[in-house]
Amino acid sequence: MSLLLLTKLAWRNLWRNYRRTLIMLAAIILGVWAMIMMNALMRGMVDGMLDSGLKYLPGHAQLHHPAYRDDPGVAHSLEALSAPLQEALADRDILGWSARVKVPAMISSERDSRGVVLLGVDPMQELSIGFAETDLVQGRFLESATDPSVVVGEAMLKRLETRLGRRIVLSSQTVGNEVGERGFPIVGVYRASLPSLEETLVYAGREVVQGMLGMGGAVSEVAILGPDYRRLEPWFGRVAAAVDEGMVLEGWRELDEYLALSLSIQGGAGIVLIVVIFLALSFGLVNTMAMAVFERVREMGLLLALGMPPHAMLYQVLLEALFLLLLGLLAGNLLGWLSLQPLLSGIDLSALAEAAELSGMGATLYPNLRGVDMLRATLIVIFLGLAASLIPAWRAARLDPVTSMNEY
Amino acid sequence: MTFLNNLKRSGAICGLAWRNLWRNPQRTWLTVGAMIFSNVLLVAMITLQLGMYDTMIETSLKTMSGHLQVQKKGYQDEPRMRDGFAGVARLSRELRRELGLKTISARAEGFGLASSAERSIGIRIMGVEPEAEPRVSSLPGMLGEGRWLKGMEAEEIVLGASLARNLKVSVGDVVTFLGTARDGSMAAAVVTVVGILETGIGDVDRSLAQLPLGYFQTVFGMPDQAHRLVIQLTALDQVEPARQLLRETLAQRPELAVLDWDALQPGLRQGIEADFVSAWFLYGILILLVSLSVLNTQLMSVLERTREFGVMLALGMAPGRLARLIMLESVCMVLLGLALGVLGGGLVAACLAHWGFSVPGMEEAMARFNLPGRIYPPLSLPGLMIGPLALCAGAVLASAYPALRLYWLRPLAAMRSR
Repeated sequence: MSLLLLTKLAWRNLWRNYRRTLIMLAAIILGVWAMIMMNALMRGMVDGMLDSGLKYLPGHAQLHHPAYRDDPGVAHSLEALSAPLQEALADRDILGWSARVKVPAMISSERDSRGVVLLGVDPMQELSIGFAETDLVQGRFLESATDPSVVVGEAMLKRLETRLGRRIVLSSQTVGNEVGERGFPIVGVYRASLPSLEETLVYAGREVVQGMLGMGGAVSEVAILGPDYRRLEPWFGRVAAAVDEGMVLEGWRELDEYLALSLSIQGGAGIVLIVVIFLALSFGLVNTMAMAVFERVREMGLLLALGMPPHAMLYQVLLEALFLLLLGLLAGNLLGWLSLQPLLSGIDLSALAEAAELSGMGATLYPNLRGVDMLRATLIVIFLGLAASLIPAWRAARLDPVTSMNEY
Repeated sequence: MTFLNNLKRSGAICGLAWRNLWRNPQRTWLTVGAMIFSNVLLVAMITLQLGMYDTMIETSLKTMSGHLQVQKKGYQDEPRMRDGFAGVARLSRELRRELGLKTISARAEGFGLASSAERSIGIRIMGVEPEAEPRVSSLPGMLGEGRWLKGMEAEEIVLGASLARNLKVSVGDVVTFLGTARDGSMAAAVVTVVGILETGIGDVDRSLAQLPLGYFQTVFGMPDQAHRLVIQLTALDQVEPARQLLRETLAQRPELAVLDWDALQPGLRQGIEADFVSAWFLYGILILLVSLSVLNTQLMSVLERTREFGVMLALGMAPGRLARLIMLESVCMVLLGLALGVLGGGLVAACLAHWGFSVPGMEEAMARFNLPGRIYPPLSLPGLMIGPLALCAGAVLASAYPALRLYWLRPLAAMRSR
């Protein structure tokens, strides 16, 4: 029997009981729509976490003293970068890098004091790895590595009950194990995606901080930004090869395990969701196909008696299921795509700001609909759908012509 | 007599509905199977969720915040050194008497630079009542080394494990502390490390430093003052009555505010609500899918019997009674799915309650929310019933359409249909 004929038969059979087909179709469309929506929302959520996580980590990879991450202090700094390393950092695949001092410190205004992380940065380098002028809500960013002023977060300004132009005192441990102290005027105020960051990070000129802590030319870390966080190669390998002795290079997955975990869970959870929804669908699908076979036992018996090969019968039922699945997938994907369009400009989560902050997301959720997710859902549904329809199809192929023709 | 007759008749109708259900056992089982699958899933997931929320609330309230706190108005939003309140000792005595609770403890907080021989780190330091604090917080019970604070005026400190490691101190070492006192002058203290707390909660281990409240008050120049009065209750449902009582007791002190756990940890309830809502999206989809399945089955079963129904209508049976019969069939099927689903789901939930639930990597994720890596969700009636009952409602609603169709069935045409 030709495939064309089988196709035609399957298509016509599908519409013999149009009510049943339409209800099943509605179920498939609903299921596929939900798969697409949930995957896009989940991906958007993780994207949001990655965006703000990597912006303030910062970068996609960092160089440290081997003991720095365990005990972040001036004692574990990197001496001046060697020429080969500087060359490796000038790689054309690297978007930017920043050598920064990063130490725990205490900030005090005349009203209050707080524990913070003091960043000694070169503003040009810092702007190349993530900090943006648009993050500033008041004043200006630092002008150079020798700029003797600080930029603080908006939330910190409030905590310290101070304002732009006023002075604060920063104190931290020096290399000589004394307490280094220095007054700085506040020249800029920034806003971060998460208030907790605004209360933690204080930016000052690198050379000023190095002077205050007696570090010479040493820095705490070098943060490196590549073009894509998913793929650190090839630049990562080239930098790793040039790393000086007494330094370790780590990618963001090692630096922030929570972020890496979220990203890997998202992929797995997406598949689990698709399979769970499919399983709920599959009962209906098997039922529909079994009914379709059950109703037509007599004519199937007749066809078999007339010489239709059993495997053609199997294909015919499978084709019928395939049409049903394809129609549902097409409409479900389309519906998912359409219903995400108005949401792509962002879903406002500010009502849930504290919860969003707890999981590291910003206040706006941007759903991210990826072709890969649609394709994955489609393939899983087709594959599992055909597997589920095998049972009724198998039964149709094995019908005994004589008894089934006599079936009432 | 009529009552008995009615009972007999409805018994007979039920029997009829039940037998009709098994005219096509395969179809019925597949539909019931869809319900069982979804019900098991719903029961397991909802039980797990509820268990997780309880653990979340309990652990985070027991570690630090307590169920209720008395603070100066505005302190929660802008915790400032000078916003303490006076007469703490008398107030806590009074509240203990009024509420009949021992689990009340005062705390004061300040920032400063802690220095050991080798390191200086800016930290938040807390003054706590050595005797009362273990009653409101689980932290004192998590000593890794050394002992808990002794005596209100003792010059002692307990530190979180990571903080102690970063300062390079151990039990017996001396830590000096420089901060800003209440009046803006310099506050300085020299204290001996007597205990190191190993909580396993990253944030706490990194930042916790606690002094006896009396000594804290001396150092920071705030005699008989504190920033928080922490009240631990035995259950969440006592929060409202206790708050009411507190409000009355504190009527003469309008500068004080009573905050419940929701106000103290706003992220907690929001997180739970957000999680619950997003989970119900999936549950809603599952319920809809099963409802469509039931709709399909019942519609097919009605259509198959069109001739039969035509005959019955022609013989004078009221369409309403036929519709009720169809609904009864659906209800029978749905109840079967409910019973088996709750049974299966209950078994799964019981296993979860017994052996706990954990996925690889969950520990890191959970630590961020102050949760243990393995959750033991207790079996509960809401966890068992919420999901399956919602599914039942959806399924019965879906089968209304096939039943209603009987009202516009024309007996003659129906009898002639194939």
